[in-house]
Amino acid sequence: MSVNFDNLDKIQIDVLREMGNIGSGNAATALAKILNKRVNMDVPQVRVLQFQEVSDILGGAEIPVVGLLLSVTGDISGSIMFILEDKAACVLINILMGKPLDEVVNFDEIQVSALKEIGNILAGSYLSALSTLTNLIILPSVPELAIDMAGAIISVPAIEFGKIGDSVLFIETEFNEGSTKVVGNFFWFLILILMKYY
Amino acid sequence: MENIIKVGMADLKASHHPAILTTLGLGSCVGIALFDRTTKVVGLAHAMLPDSTQVKNKTNAAKFVDTAIDLLVEEMLNLGAVKKKIVAKLAGGAQMFVFTQGAELMRIGHRNVEAARKKLESLNIPIISEDTGGNYGRTVELDSDSGMLLIRTIGYGIKQI
Repeated sequence: MSVNFDNLDKIQIDVLREMGNIGSGNAATALAKILNKRVNMDVPQVRVLQFQEVSDILGGAEIPVVGLLLSVTGDISGSIMFILEDKAACVLINILMGKPLDEVVNFDEIQVSALKEIGNILAGSYLSALSTLTNLIILPSVPELAIDMAGAIISVPAIEFGKIGDSVLFIETEFNEGSTKVVGNFFWFLILILMKYY
Repeated sequence: MENIIKVGMADLKASHHPAILTTLGLGSCVGIALFDRTTKVVGLAHAMLPDSTQVKNKTNAAKFVDTAIDLLVEEMLNLGAVKKKIVAKLAGGAQMFVFTQGAELMRIGHRNVEAARKKLESLNIPIISEDTGGNYGRTVELDSDSGMLLIRTIGYGIKQI
């Protein structure tokens, strides 16, 4: 099977959406446990975007976001990325630290470490669900974090897609906690899952 | 009215004067700004990967540094630019994430800049200024009137090169 996302059929998209659903369901449960709060999630959206459109998906290429990137090894290889609006990241940190939600966050070492830990737990639970589903060994690395323009952050996984095609496969899940919105965007290079899964 | 032309990721545009070419959120990708001061024809490319010869799928020439520069120069010449008068400015090529492992993936920014330097040298296009490397994203605007390249960042200020 060719690694081209341009011509995914309906069944393939459904499979991807279901994988996203199972993965993020697990991740949402894990997040709820850390935060000790109820976390809701939407049905994931599966989108195939041209590079020119990619940098606009988060509402603009220049808006500041926090990106957590993990590389994945095992039976498949690739990367997984988790993106948060910077405001959502501040709220998450404040919840974790037991501070008032509107306290100013300057992303010091402890706060960055706390966010990385969230990335670790989210990616771990997401991938372990996929691992169980597909019977593949999927091992995430320790996350790395960057705070910068959305376009610049997204370019990192987009470049990996660039090596194989002209579009990016994008599985997006939105997490909600009360009035606080946390957007989780998982970028996938896990094309091999689909190939083996079939 | 200013004529602002947006250049996306893996994209390139050339234009007559007056125009402002802009590309948002350059990370590890490299922005190649070309300018002919005599005709004020400008071009901007946002390339993702250093080398088209190492990849099978190359339907989009703007994706690779080497083919993007070729195509951009060609489009500028079609708009009346004079090859000998074209000068270049580079921006981008950052390393957004610091990884202790997987060096190949992470050095892509550096490799993009190197590839652009090499390609421009082979075409005898001088690089008159550059703002590359680092670990932060850049938004650039190329002004056809002055050839000035404006670079905006988050937390690293604004500069003109």
